[in-house]
Amino acid sequence: MNRRKFLSSASAVVAANAVTAVGPFVRPASAQGGPIRIGLLAPLTGVVAAGGKEMVEGFNLYWDQHGKKVAGREIEIIVEDDASNPDTALQKARRLVEQRNVNMLIGDLLANTGLAVAEYVKGNGVPYFIPIIAADDLTQRKRIPNVIRIAGYSASQMPRPLADYAYHKKGYRKVVTISQDYTFGYEQCGGFCQTFSENGGQVLHQFWQPLNTADFSPYLAQIQSLKPDVVYAMETGADANRFIQQYANFGLKGKIPMLGCMNLTDQSVIRTLGAECDGIVSSAQFCEGSTAPATEKFVAEYEKAFNKLPSLYGFSMYSGAMWLDAGMKAVNGNVEDRPKFLAAIRKVVLNDSPLGRPVRLDDYGNPIYDVYIREVKRRPDGKYWNVPLETVPNVSQFGKYDPETYLKQASYSRTFQGIKKS
Amino acid sequence: MSMTVFQAMNGATFAALLFIVASGFTLIFGLMRIVNLAHGALYLMGGYFGLVVAHRTDSFTLALAAAALAVAAIGFGTYTLLLRFVGGNVLRQVLLTLGLALVLDDLALVIWGGDAFTVPIPEALRGPVQVGSLVYPKYRLFLLLFSVAVFIGLALLLRHTRLGALIRAGVDDAEMVDAMGIDIQRVFVYTFMLGAALAGIGGVLGGAFLTLYPTADSDILVFSLAVVIIGGRGSLAGTAIGSLFVGMLATFGQVWFPELAYFVIFGPMALLLAFRPLGLFGRTA
Repeated sequence: MNRRKFLSSASAVVAANAVTAVGPFVRPASAQGGPIRIGLLAPLTGVVAAGGKEMVEGFNLYWDQHGKKVAGREIEIIVEDDASNPDTALQKARRLVEQRNVNMLIGDLLANTGLAVAEYVKGNGVPYFIPIIAADDLTQRKRIPNVIRIAGYSASQMPRPLADYAYHKKGYRKVVTISQDYTFGYEQCGGFCQTFSENGGQVLHQFWQPLNTADFSPYLAQIQSLKPDVVYAMETGADANRFIQQYANFGLKGKIPMLGCMNLTDQSVIRTLGAECDGIVSSAQFCEGSTAPATEKFVAEYEKAFNKLPSLYGFSMYSGAMWLDAGMKAVNGNVEDRPKFLAAIRKVVLNDSPLGRPVRLDDYGNPIYDVYIREVKRRPDGKYWNVPLETVPNVSQFGKYDPETYLKQASYSRTFQGIKKS
Repeated sequence: MSMTVFQAMNGATFAALLFIVASGFTLIFGLMRIVNLAHGALYLMGGYFGLVVAHRTDSFTLALAAAALAVAAIGFGTYTLLLRFVGGNVLRQVLLTLGLALVLDDLALVIWGGDAFTVPIPEALRGPVQVGSLVYPKYRLFLLLFSVAVFIGLALLLRHTRLGALIRAGVDDAEMVDAMGIDIQRVFVYTFMLGAALAGIGGVLGGAFLTLYPTADSDILVFSLAVVIIGGRGSLAGTAIGSLFVGMLATFGQVWFPELAYFVIFGPMALLLAFRPLGLFGRTA
């Protein structure tokens, strides 16, 4: 083969390839009638793999129970592993949207993975739902119209009722907070400290420890010497597990009461713990030990399916699936009309959620909940779970503040915790 | 004052765990020149084995023994089936052990899931104890005593047994030992198994208060590396001093410079290396 011949045959091959390659990139004019494709992103490997697995379990449980069909269209769920890593999350989101032609994305667990995907869908308008990602500003100062927090919560939303409870009901006046040193922690502690200090309480000190702190003993020694009325702990995953355990081993349990963010006493943490976690009080929209019939039913079904009590991750993704189902029904399965679909999602009032109480979004795309103040208690079979102490109705992400005024305040950070000096 | 004593205790007990894990690391590193990056994974596997045995038998002692044996067996397999064939090539050893670490980690994730687990300890070691005005967890005091026992045991082994003499000779000059008609490969296998067993025991002891979770292996590996680099490879006393150094820095660093928690450990390490590249007790080969 001489050079000219080679060139011409090579270009013919390239041309032929180009013709066929165009095929998959052209979206069919009307996909109506074909399946609705949902891209589910979850960390199945990496630091938070356990939570990621439960996300997929919860999401699939709903569809297995209710049939994978909406308005005559099949539901096709495509799961991708975001590896607890923002780069991978972005790459997988791209693949789902550009190669697998999904109609919408849902999921991710860590805030940085969610923010990477949110930034990506900002450009192309693909609907992205975040039942787990709690970063405040995604539904506050940096809203993206096609990113909606169905069945989720924002980080500073839940600690506020807990701060009220601590101040008014328990009479605590002096608090020390300890938290993982990243945005989720700043926002949770900010929500708590702002409310607590505006009530008149005093924040003695705030500890920020690196993620994955093996040994909490240095902090425990200092907490003890500060002599607070109560400790507010913002820990997730293995850190939460260690903190609770070392707190008990150092003899602080029973001396200084512990309050926590909902992740501290989530099932994903306490299911491997014993009496050390007994009595910790936290606040959340979900409480697996609630006696509401809808919750009891959900918990029983989940336990039967996976042989464990549902965590926040399983619950939120289950509710997220329910929310999508309702939204898709409202537009009769026509999810290709994105503005209409997103509007329908925003209008959903979830009446039959496992919470047993109606849930709807505020004008900013974040759900409004009746929030439980809950306490870890031992179940007769020896497992520990959260049981409700009381309920605070209609808590939005803005608490008692006016949304517009609140949004003028800076975002919570390590240096800004909204603490009112008394 | 009592606060400083308290924090010093915290540093010492954390150092105790580091010593047990790092002494295994330094034995392997010192004698065979193998930077075993799977040492953290062996720690984690030991912890999980101990967890299973402790749940089945309710015995912490059995858990320790089972973990030591099981991880020593993994060490045996690793050395005879894999590492023996890349002898002398540092880059291949590092890649091989790193690969092994990843495989073991994923295996653990598949078998035990990603939840954080705690190895149950005997009732007698739970909760705090009052020493003078100091209230301190019993388990951590136990850990301190245990590590002292391990130190004495290893020192006796190295000083007064034939294997110990061979190991010491091998650290100084492995080729010469070989040339004197001693089967150095056999010594290598034993040492590797012993080092692995120490990692396994460390896993159970650490798993009881630091919990076991998917990335626990790399956390402990980084600390062990720091200990060995500071103390100097192959030296038991160096490892003990290095452990105390790192344990104290980690503890007091968190108290005094909370923002710089990691820098406080690795900053001084870099500085030390600049002036003493072989560590505090390291000797040239």
